[in-house]
Amino acid sequence: MTVDKRVTEEEVAAELADGMTVGVGGWGSRRKPMSIVRAIARSSLKDLTIVSYGGPDVGLLCAAGKVRRVVYAFVSLDTIPLDPHFRAARQTGAVEDEPWDEGLFLLGLQAAAWRVPFLPTRVGLGSDLPRLNPRLSTVASPFDGEELIAAPALELDAAICHLDRADQRGNACFLGADLYFDDLFLRAAGRRFISTEKVVPTDQLVAEAGTELRLRINRSMVDAVVERRGGAHFTECPPDYRRDESFQAAYASAASSPEAWADFRAEWVDVDEADYQRRVAAR
Amino acid sequence: MSAAPTRAEICVVAIAECFRGDGEILANPIGTIPMIGGRLARASFEPDLLMTDGEALLIANDGAFAWPEGRVVESYNPYRAMFDVVWSGRRHVIMGASQIDRFGNQNFAAIGSDYARPKAQLLGFRGAPGNTVNDATSYWVPRHSPRVFVDRVDVVTGVGWDRAMKAGPAATRFFDLRRVVTDLAVLDWETPDRSMRLRSVHPGVTVEQVREATGFELVVPEGVPESRSPTPEELRLIRDVIDPEGRREEEVPG
Repeated sequence: MTVDKRVTEEEVAAELADGMTVGVGGWGSRRKPMSIVRAIARSSLKDLTIVSYGGPDVGLLCAAGKVRRVVYAFVSLDTIPLDPHFRAARQTGAVEDEPWDEGLFLLGLQAAAWRVPFLPTRVGLGSDLPRLNPRLSTVASPFDGEELIAAPALELDAAICHLDRADQRGNACFLGADLYFDDLFLRAAGRRFISTEKVVPTDQLVAEAGTELRLRINRSMVDAVVERRGGAHFTECPPDYRRDESFQAAYASAASSPEAWADFRAEWVDVDEADYQRRVAAR
Repeated sequence: MSAAPTRAEICVVAIAECFRGDGEILANPIGTIPMIGGRLARASFEPDLLMTDGEALLIANDGAFAWPEGRVVESYNPYRAMFDVVWSGRRHVIMGASQIDRFGNQNFAAIGSDYARPKAQLLGFRGAPGNTVNDATSYWVPRHSPRVFVDRVDVVTGVGWDRAMKAGPAATRFFDLRRVVTDLAVLDWETPDRSMRLRSVHPGVTVEQVREATGFELVVPEGVPESRSPTPEELRLIRDVIDPEGRREEEVPG
């Protein structure tokens, strides 16, 4: 009998623990595993370290009080350049800040995926990154003595990513313009969770993807699969759907006051995911 | 036929001039007028430049924002490949700056003296540290003011000349900080101590205006020239081909 890795968002959240380091795939407000993010926001989890090419995943979890530390190079909603929930958390000192350059970040994930302690780079030299991110260090080249930055491995306790199609064992593909760094997040993590728009039989994956070149996630990189149409909402997930700009604007304006956030949370976070999707469809 | 060039169109040409001589590399201008300026350079005097569609494709089209005739895709350039481009040095980036100092140290991460609790959280470091030590880098500042041109930046995201030289040969090996284009002027670091110099003022702008809008002492040579105006053919390209919707005028109103 074929292994079936399908679970619910609540089961993913239940596999996480307080204080864990959780990597989130996607980029900005693009193909984020938002249904799992919402389940984490609803849970009793706390003190998480979030590692992300940040979008509303970071802002929502900060607003929900789940985050101790943010490891990031940017937090952007794309059409809204800055996430106001993240800004508020930073400006009140509610979260610790670990700044990275977005390319350095790739090296950190790659080092963790390759199980080496660091990768060398010029990125960071001369800037304030080494001063503000004490995890960075320097390393002298054994060949010519050049003093470079050592990007430390960004080891993750868990990773969550949203892929367009998957089979029930965790083979998955992306259908949009860019895989981003989802494969590296999954390879850098101890526990690996994906959500997907649609679970299809394995023998239909290539047809769904259009080409085997898009089958970039294989089942050895995935422990569990959540099937959730609209799982990336309100971020974009092309070709299935674009970003829900009016919803995103409502999310952003919910940062204007504690009351506005309480209303948003009651209506769009503290609800069952199936119910959320029904309400979105009815908007 | 054509009306006199607007300030925005002067800025477009000044951006295009940043890419002169760059050859077959990725021109990566970020911002509305930079996107138009990069397209203008490629459509006229720098035809070998490569440019993106703003996402994962390299496209050959002259239009900066819309391609009603369809995109002509030259290559696939997802973020993973973009870092290969950045670190191989075959790129000239034009970034924005919330703050920039006389040596070209740039900040767009956070404003305020306490980084742990900033007065204003901005973008973060994005790719600025890596861009500045690997690639040719210029800046675009749509509103030249003492709030942007500051004596000291609160956080160094993009590396300036003094910091690069202090960081040593690994930092300076590929360091190539070029110009700042603003709504008032073009500036560079072509001075003995690499402090910022006024290279040209846009038509209708005085040297004094630029001095007043800059929060530190600029190097001002004798007889600062005027930024050049677009040729009739450049004006046609900007107005009819690259930015027919006139988005440039929204970023720098006339």
